[in-house]
Amino acid sequence: MMELVCPAGTPAALRAAVEAGAHAVYCGFADETNARNFPGLNFTPEDMAEAVAFAHARGAKVLVAINTFPRAGAEPLWHRALANAEQAGADAVILADLGLLAHAADRHPNLRRHLSVQAAAANPDAINLYASAFGVRRVVLPRVLTVDEIAAINREIDVETEVFVFGGLCVMAEGRCSLSSYATGQSPNMNGVCSPASHVVYAEEGRDLAARLGGFTIHRTPKGAPAPYPTLCKGCFTSGEQTGHIFEDPVSLDATHLIPQLARAGVSALKIEGRQRSRAYVAQVVRAFRAAVEAQAAGRPLPASALARLTEGQAATAGAYAKTWR
Amino acid sequence: MDLTIGPNFFFWQAEAVRDFYRGLASAPVARVVLGELVCSKRLPFWQVEIPGAVETLLAAGKEVAVTSLALITLKRERKLTADLAEMGLPVEVNDLSALAHLPEGRPFWVGPLVNVYNEGTLRWLIRRGATRVCLPPELGLESVAVLARLGREEGVPVEVWGHGRLPLAISGRCYHARLHDRAKDSCQFVCGEDPDGRDVETLEGQPFLAVNGVQTLSQSTASMAHQVDALREAGVAALRLSPQAKGFDRVCTGWDARLRGGLSAADLSAALRPDVPGGRLSDGFLKGPAGAAWSGAA
Repeated sequence: MMELVCPAGTPAALRAAVEAGAHAVYCGFADETNARNFPGLNFTPEDMAEAVAFAHARGAKVLVAINTFPRAGAEPLWHRALANAEQAGADAVILADLGLLAHAADRHPNLRRHLSVQAAAANPDAINLYASAFGVRRVVLPRVLTVDEIAAINREIDVETEVFVFGGLCVMAEGRCSLSSYATGQSPNMNGVCSPASHVVYAEEGRDLAARLGGFTIHRTPKGAPAPYPTLCKGCFTSGEQTGHIFEDPVSLDATHLIPQLARAGVSALKIEGRQRSRAYVAQVVRAFRAAVEAQAAGRPLPASALARLTEGQAATAGAYAKTWR
Repeated sequence: MDLTIGPNFFFWQAEAVRDFYRGLASAPVARVVLGELVCSKRLPFWQVEIPGAVETLLAAGKEVAVTSLALITLKRERKLTADLAEMGLPVEVNDLSALAHLPEGRPFWVGPLVNVYNEGTLRWLIRRGATRVCLPPELGLESVAVLARLGREEGVPVEVWGHGRLPLAISGRCYHARLHDRAKDSCQFVCGEDPDGRDVETLEGQPFLAVNGVQTLSQSTASMAHQVDALREAGVAALRLSPQAKGFDRVCTGWDARLRGGLSAADLSAALRPDVPGGRLSDGFLKGPAGAAWSGAA
């Protein structure tokens, strides 16, 4: 069966995910070492140890994301996160930075290493390099690849692949995007945040509600209409004669219907995005996906109805997995 | 401190490429990185210009390196990358997988699209054979200072983004094609219509970004004109100037004068502004608070 890797922004969400059937849960420490460094989220080292004990008692794994790029002059913070993850009994760490991977391979050789999507390893040469240089055992693939390309990659590598199937969608190669810091000074790579709420201002102007990020208007919606969060790459802009969602519509990723193709492409694990989501949401999505991967493993049709509810009212896309998206 | 010319991001006609590199041969710059960075589909249209440009620049005493693509996914792109290693020039790695095609111990340069944020990463790349490193433009001055110091200790020059629209993101999706309601595979090379990228404004007309095929750039042209003293003090070895369609000879001579102390930051900015696409400058990644900010006069 493909492994279902589920998000947990809090210990409560982790417990909910495990109880709903997650094979593995990924989470991070409450600091700039992880790429979902949002206020009120994430784990202390003590939380982490308890979470691992809870998960292990129920047969689930815990993967600790330490996937920002350490700040020059401040590497010890990231090194401590690695030591804390190992101490807590984590099943693997998810890393992106070359220097941190080298440190982990050297100082924590028995701690299993996964390559974060933030490393943007998009071809077999990159993946094999990370595998041979740092003993990486699994790669989370960037969201720039089609299913056929993923299948081709799996034929040329010996490590496992994990792909995103549901939740937020980056339209840029992750870990290689500084749009957010261009507008706000805060970026996923350096600060673990994208389009941070601290830099969002809503202003009622005439009949519109304008949503600005770092002073740049990301979209305007008629007052009273639903206003999507101003994520930079999902904004509405003008170029020449054209006005619209130049990079991507405000959609989320849903590749549920591609689960059979992804399995045939040799993918080992399916990842759900959403460490910032509530535990009720996490439980609901995990339950639906667990049913889907079990159906897939048993050769039964996917229980399509299980997931229809989750994206209701919100547009979804299969992203780069379908070639036409590009 | 000297000057490096980075690879051209844009899709120019072959003659324009030829003229550009001929012009650079007599420009006061120490080295040039050339090759296709953004989209492998463009390369057949101007590839024929590369050997001549390399020869001209080497004959003029410039150091020359050839860049990898920024995002390598297709089989033919991997083959193309392997071929770079056979050109007899240093390869500037802008997608880490290019390293896989270089024999262990072969010297290489590291471009601004590789994530070098800290000492551990810089050290690893130097051990692996990096002999010159251009830092990501996103880094602030404090990080630059730490890394430039380490580079000096290790004898590896560290370079910083000096002038040009900032490479902010790379995608699997082609935004130029999307703006023309086309898919990437049937793009008909529309990015060639915009020699400095296609401007993207907010709904209120604020200049913001520029798209260049699969790449997203800043609308403003980053300029470290006001940061030269700080960068020199930090031990930065070179500034990178990124090609633009108009007046690039003036960019090179202006920057040379600035480094020699013959031109103030304000005078350099004023001299270059008429030639930069959109006429706006920024240096906020280095100085804060955000990349788009500018510490000089508006």
